[in-house]
Amino acid sequence: MNAAPIVELRGVSKRFVRRADLAARLLNLVGAGHRDEIVHAVDDVSFTIARGEVLGLVGESGCGKSTVGRLVADLLRPSAGAVRIKGEDPSRARPGPEGLAVQMIFQDPFSSLNPRKRVRDLVGEAPLAHGMVRRDGLADHVAATLARCGLDPAYAGRFPHQFSGGQRQRIGIARALAVKPEILVCDEAISALDVSIQAQIVNLFMDLRDELGLTYLFISHDLGVVEHVSDRVLVMYLGRIVESAPAEELFAAPQHPYTRALLGEVPRLHRRKLAFAQVKGEIPSPLDPPSGCHFHPRCPHAVARCAAERPVLKQIAPGRLAACHLV
Amino acid sequence: MNDVVLSVRDLTTGFPTPAGEIRAVDGVSLDVVRGRVLGLVGESGSGKSVTGFSIMGLVDPPGRITGGRILFEGQDLRGLDERAWRAIRGARIAMVFQDPMMTLNPVFRIGTQMIEAVKAHTRADTRTARARARDALGRVGIPAPDERLDAYPHQLSGGMRQRVAIAIALLHGPQVLIADEPTTALDVTIQGQILAEVQTLCRESGTGLVWITHDLAVVAGLADEVAVMYAGRIVEQGRVDDVLDRPLHPYTRGLIDSVPQPGARKRRLAQIPGRMPSPLELPPGCAFAPRCDRADAACARPPAFSQVRAEHSARCVHPLDDVPA
Repeated sequence: MNAAPIVELRGVSKRFVRRADLAARLLNLVGAGHRDEIVHAVDDVSFTIARGEVLGLVGESGCGKSTVGRLVADLLRPSAGAVRIKGEDPSRARPGPEGLAVQMIFQDPFSSLNPRKRVRDLVGEAPLAHGMVRRDGLADHVAATLARCGLDPAYAGRFPHQFSGGQRQRIGIARALAVKPEILVCDEAISALDVSIQAQIVNLFMDLRDELGLTYLFISHDLGVVEHVSDRVLVMYLGRIVESAPAEELFAAPQHPYTRALLGEVPRLHRRKLAFAQVKGEIPSPLDPPSGCHFHPRCPHAVARCAAERPVLKQIAPGRLAACHLV
Repeated sequence: MNDVVLSVRDLTTGFPTPAGEIRAVDGVSLDVVRGRVLGLVGESGSGKSVTGFSIMGLVDPPGRITGGRILFEGQDLRGLDERAWRAIRGARIAMVFQDPMMTLNPVFRIGTQMIEAVKAHTRADTRTARARARDALGRVGIPAPDERLDAYPHQLSGGMRQRVAIAIALLHGPQVLIADEPTTALDVTIQGQILAEVQTLCRESGTGLVWITHDLAVVAGLADEVAVMYAGRIVEQGRVDDVLDRPLHPYTRGLIDSVPQPGARKRRLAQIPGRMPSPLELPPGCAFAPRCDRADAACARPPAFSQVRAEHSARCVHPLDDVPA
């Protein structure tokens, strides 16, 4: 990586606060001691994405991976730290005719498309509003974008409900591409699709990367797909990055005990008659995370230090980072 | 095999629509064997879930079973009245659903619901029933089962709720357990735990398990036998190693190739073109023919389900043979 990273997060945290409600505050007057509930969805996360790179982001529900995606897409503002897209604060960026830098592809192609709009409006509204195309060139722009996503431009007059799940996801991708983004944040973008359709969409993502030089943040709980498409992978657990490595190395030799456990649980076609259950217990509540290393209550190797001291994410080999006292 | 506990023959389930009857399940035959796991694999709309509901006698009107037999201990379940069904369903044949909140009532405590389930099939007093419920929770790996009995469903995580649903299904030691995508909504670590527990419980108690899923990889790790469904029919059936390592049907081959394999990063995935046809517009011959690269004129007639190798059958005119490439 010699060029400046296209995405950079420095010490980013995102806290969601649920204020004590009126009843709790009244009880507090007589000393009940209710407090605001704070969830550290993302806790001091730093990483970069190089131009043209596919960065995979994996973790279980509640680990904060979707929140990271939303921070990169500027749908959420960080509580602390800084997000930089092409070296700039995205909240100051002015959308202009050259395009929007970041677009997001969502999991559910049923709820992320307005059912009352035709495909041509879903795809064409944003580039028109931002002055990227003139009204007389809009139909051509929409047709070209649909064709690029493997949809017949003749369908531009249809409504979302007239399409299958896989086609709807293609519409979602076309809508994102219509504003000429450089970075796509895919948040579980293939999880809701059938297996044979997943392959079609994964191939489409790889084609688009080759043709348009896109950069991806690919968020998924499906480790097989992440391994397939990513250059580098981040593993998150309860709001923190626990490991970061080139995809091939991560899947060949995971270092953090959590990554090892996670990879051990992935069902694969060539694994028959598995002895499942490598990790005990469940992910703890993010409202009350364990002290020290968040993973220590479930970790088979935990020692006293793990409960007391937060491990820092440190380099363990060239290009590889892990947050564990024991590696 | 003598250990067949449930035998489904030519099961056909239809749903009338204004445009004609949809055959969601069309001539499905399968055997559930004591202590063994049958993986029933298919994509959305393949009829795999309706097969499960049909076996349980839970097809909602106006849908109905229009043909075939469901033989359980020598008895055809299709002839049963609702009273006879109640004695079997939940006690001898049980089902676990994808969403545990379909099984659990949100306004009653876990204990209340489990005690009710115990009492529905045995003459137990409340204290005995509660003890059985507690033991059942312990068996599916729920920590502090006594406290959980007093909890409401919303106080449990998704993985815990699914465990409770499985505990209820296993309360009476059923001969057959039908599991409809029970781990699809769960995280991989939780899925791993539940798969491990269900596997052990069925092997130990001799429960025959039907695991309905879209995920071939889960089937690979869990099942003894696999049946692959497409457009309402079983297109391939056999032992798990045979089906996954040497598939006969081009659809099965396509599904396997669609799953990313380790060691083939960044390569294009083989994709099956198009999508499953609407059940109202099924092609007259092989339903997969329009998406199949091996299809020719012979596929315009419905292919028979025939045995190609020992214990390995497929519904295909041109099955993939072991000819080395």
